[in-house]
Order: sequence, then structure tokens, then C-alpha cells
Amino acid sequence: MFLEVNDLTVDFHTEDGVVHAVDGLSFEVDRGSTLGIVGESGSGKSVTNLAILGLHNPDTAKLSGSIKLDGHELLGAPQRELEKLRGNKMAMIFQDPLTSLSPFHTVGQQIAEVYRKHKGVSKSVARERAIEMLDRVGIPQPKIRVDEYPHQFSGGMRQRAMIAMALVCDPGLLIADEPTTALDVTVQAQILDLLRDLQEQTGTAIIMITHDLGVVANTAHDVLVMYAGRAVERGTMREVLREPRHPYTWGLLGSMPSLNHPVDVPLEPVRGTPPSLINVPPGCPFHPRCDYAKLLGPGVCTGERPELSPHRGHGDACYLPLKQKAELRSQHGKQPGKEAS
Amino acid sequence: MLRFLTRRVLGALVILLIISAVTFFLFYAIPADPARLACGKVCPPETLEQARHNLGIDQPLMVQFVSWLAGIFVGRDYGGLGHCPAPCLGFSFVNRAPVFETIIDRMPVTIALTIGAAVIFLIFGVATGIVAALRQGKPLDKIASVSSLIGASVQIYFVGTLAMYFFVYQIQVFRQPKYIPITEDPLGWFNGLLLPWLVLALIFTANYTRITRSTMVENLNEDYVRTARAKGMSGRSVVLRFALRGALTPVITIFGVDLGTLIGGAIITETTFGLQGIGRLAVRAVDYSDLPTLMATVLLAAGAIVVMNVIVDSLYAVIDPRVRLS
Repeated sequence: MFLEVNDLTVDFHTEDGVVHAVDGLSFEVDRGSTLGIVGESGSGKSVTNLAILGLHNPDTAKLSGSIKLDGHELLGAPQRELEKLRGNKMAMIFQDPLTSLSPFHTVGQQIAEVYRKHKGVSKSVARERAIEMLDRVGIPQPKIRVDEYPHQFSGGMRQRAMIAMALVCDPGLLIADEPTTALDVTVQAQILDLLRDLQEQTGTAIIMITHDLGVVANTAHDVLVMYAGRAVERGTMREVLREPRHPYTWGLLGSMPSLNHPVDVPLEPVRGTPPSLINVPPGCPFHPRCDYAKLLGPGVCTGERPELSPHRGHGDACYLPLKQKAELRSQHGKQPGKEAS
Repeated sequence: MLRFLTRRVLGALVILLIISAVTFFLFYAIPADPARLACGKVCPPETLEQARHNLGIDQPLMVQFVSWLAGIFVGRDYGGLGHCPAPCLGFSFVNRAPVFETIIDRMPVTIALTIGAAVIFLIFGVATGIVAALRQGKPLDKIASVSSLIGASVQIYFVGTLAMYFFVYQIQVFRQPKYIPITEDPLGWFNGLLLPWLVLALIFTANYTRITRSTMVENLNEDYVRTARAKGMSGRSVVLRFALRGALTPVITIFGVDLGTLIGGAIITETTFGLQGIGRLAVRAVDYSDLPTLMATVLLAAGAIVVMNVIVDSLYAVIDPRVRLS
């Protein structure tokens, strides 16, 4: 596996207490495949990925576990070593390309400096490479646009430039943190197509962070559903979207509009709010919002924390027996989150 | 860019004209008669009238103002004192010296004082601001905050006097402040200005530390700074090329105003250290109702601020390409 994350924990020490942003998270991504990480805001998606890049402030964030990139342990590696990997072996594209690109440097400078830094080439070689990358991500007239500033680009063009910058050194891992959230819907599809095409050409492993299940369905091979800093369900895209097992995944799918959704039935959001990460509920962190917790005996969901099971393949972290979940799903049709009460 | 500059310079000239007019007419609202001062204690009416005429203040105000203004561009003839070539700022009511020459004579003192101190407080203030921002909440940051609070609270006549007492008279590590032209004796020039520089810088550094720290803290949290780190830029490059670039705009704004103000006359500093610069000249002009000198110092002070503002506005465009287009 190209990236292996094992039992990753990220705690932030704040004045109000310790925030358990990520708690015992494990997953892996292979070259050429895309892992979609799904969850509400504050579920630990971005924290996880900043941890992979080593971008957390060591004064406030305490990390434990293991993150291996191509066999090398990243956790606890010195900053200098991580600097050599960032932008080179692993890269990230962010949500808002306007604020994520420096307003003070031309698009070309921003792409070229990554290449110069990691490949040690001359300015002119790096500039040629920047033009080549702009061309590859579909920016017209790259020789002219290379000298323009981000504010002279449209939103979609900026995100393309961002992708060019991330991929300039052919990184083995690309982390895309909600890359389409800030874009128009038509542009969103173009950007996703572009990422898929580039992945086919380069074989990059992609982690796609999103709260949009449509994006997951479009791009991901595997899916990890996160809740309160933990993985609650893991499987292939088809498994998770077609046969979701965890009640939280049911809720997510049930709250998503679809074209064949009956007009007169209102969409059902997941009720309640995500828990405080300072006082995470004991046991299954989802139990206060779960309609099915009472089907199990008292103390089951509040007792010990459920682990992902089975250990490999399609698994979820829930005490409800698989058979019972299958029954619930068939009783309530395709979206069991809906009618349950 | 050229159009922008032309517009700014024209605007600046209008501002200077307005300031000159206001100062000129305000001067006559002061219940003091320069002729009576020139005439002495026992002053018969005829002598007073003669003095009025000699000073040129017997004419209508509008006429006086216009001839003063014209003098700057084309020079001016004075009855008893001869021709005053352009740029003519008139002759002092007090010592009859051409004001323009007096200003040129005093300028080096104020400029040397200002530039020397400015170099110290800009470099030192921005550097401590950056360090404080990077060490947010750590002891170094707290030391910087407390010392900038102290620096911002103390007054130059207090610190300056104390510094003179200790460093000049008691332990004698500094020379008595004094202006020696750099062309005469560079080392003497440096030694004579060192203490005023340091004291002035001490007061101003605080402000720069505070501004740099707060804008750096803000900028270090910007998305594009995170991007720079995500693409493997080294810590130093992230701080200097990305975060500091954005933090420079407010620093330069304040620096322009401060520099302009100081060139216009560091009145208290010059008085504290007994330096004969523009500030002292201005104070004396007020004391003696010396209209031509007063007008010149006011014009200079306003001009310094206006020029610094134009420079600062142009620097914005250099720092931030987004300003260039709009």
C-alpha cells in the first residue's frame, strides 16, 4: 500500500480541554486509487489530512499512531524531511483556490517554485515545466497565463492552477480537501473529470475529502465514513453507497436529495448535532443521535467503543447485528434512515 | 501607473495650497503684532507704521498671501532687503535672514535624526514583531508585548532626559548629543546623533512591533501560507516571502506617516537633545510671531506628509499586484 495510516490519534490541547479531533483512525490508499473520506464538518477529515502532510502546529497538536508513505514513517519525522516530501511525494489541493493561492506571486511563479525546490532545476526549466503543467490541466494560452496573478483567473481556472501546482512534481499521493466546494456546479464536474484523467495518466493515489456523496460516487474507489474523529464505515464505493451498514451512513444517504426522490416526502436530516470533541459520548459516539440504539440492550451502545468489523473489506463500527441491519433496511426500503423512529 | 501618480501629485499640490492658506489666515487671528515685536518696547506710532511697512504686513491679507505664493515660484523683490530669488519663502521677521536658506541649513539635522532613527525602529520593530508572532504566547512574545506597551507609554522628554543623565553625564558611554555635518566628521556625526536615534527608535519600535505582530499572526493563518507550507517551502521562505509580504502593507502605511511627521519636525526630540533642526525652528517661529518662517515650516511639514503618502501609495502597488490593476 502506498499510504498506510494506523491508529492515528490527533489531540489538540486548548484552554477548554483536550479536543479529540481524530481517534484511532486506520486506513490505506494504493497507487492509482481514490479514497473518499466523508463526514460532517468537524468529523476530523481535514485534521487527518493535515496530519499526513505534517502541517499541524506541534505546540498544540499531539499526534500518535503511524502514517507510512511508501514505507517511510512520517509521524515524528523531522520537519526538514517532511519539507522534502511535501509538494514532491505528497501534495494537497484546498477548498478555496482564491485564498489558497498567494495574491502576491504569479501563477507561474507559484508552480515553478515547487519544481525548483524539489528538483533543483534552473528558473527557465521550472518555468517551462509550469507552462507545460498549465497546459495539462486545460488552461488555454498557458504561455500568457503563466505570468498572470490568481486574481486574473476565474474560480475554475484557479483550481486548475492549484491542481497544476500540486501535481508539478508527480507526487504519489494527492490529497484533495473539498476541491469543488467553492466552485460552480458546472465547473465542479470539470474539475472532477480533470482529476480523474490526471490520475489515469500518473497513477497518483488520491484522498478525496468531501461531504458531498455525489462527489464520492463520481470519483472514489473506496470510501471511509468518519464521525467524531473515528471511522464508522469503510468499504468500496459501491458497498458503502449501495449497501450502507452504519446508521450514520444511512442518515447521510437519507439526507441527500436524488432525482427519483418523491416530491411530497421531505428530506430527512440526521437529527441532532455532532458531539463536542472535548466530551465525546462514551461507547459509540453516534448513539445519542442513533434511532436504533434502543433496539439493543441498555448499556450496549454506551459501553465499550465499537470497532470496525469485519477487519478487512466492507466493515462498520456498530453493535447491531448485520442480519438485523439487513432486516431494517429491507423493511424501510432503500433509505432506512427515513422512517425510523 | 503614470496617470495614478499625476493625479496624486496634483491632489497633493491642492492640499498644500489649502494648508498654506489656512495657516496664513490663522496667523492673523493670533492677537500678536509682529511689528510691535520688531519695533521694541518703546514704540512711537510712526515707527510702528514703518515697521509694518518693512515687514510687508500693511497690505491687505489677500495681496500678502498672493505675493507670498508668487514668491515661491518666481521670486520676489523686497524694498529694503533686496531681491529674493525663487523659491522665495521671504525673510524672517526676527533676524532678516532668507527663510529658504535657514530651512536648507536646518534640514540636514532633522533628516539625519529622522532617517537614522527610522532605520533602527523599522528593522528592529518589524523583526521583533515577526519573532513575537512566531512565538505566539511564549515568553519571548510576552516580553515583546510588555516592552512595546512600555515603549508606547513613555514620553521622549522623560526617557531622553533620563538617558542623557545616565549615559552622558553619569557613565559617559555616549557623547553629548550634537549635530556635526557628516561631510566634516562622519564619526562625530554618528556619535553625536547616536543617543537621540536610540531614544527616538525606542519609542517608535513599540508601535512597529505591535503592528507587525498582529498582521503577521493574521497572515500566518492565511490559506496561501498554509499552501506554501503544503508544497514544501522552507519555514523561513514561508515567513518572509509569503506571510511578511502581506503584513508589509499596514507597516508601510504607518511608516510613511511617521517618517513624514518626523521630517516635518521632531519638535520634542530636538528640544530634548538640543539639536537645531526644523522642529526647533518652528517652535521659535511661533514664539516670535515670525510669519515667513512659520509658513515655511508648516509648508515643509505638510509637504513631507503628502510626499510620504504618495510614496506609500506607490509602494502598495509594488507589494500587492491586486492594487496595480484597479
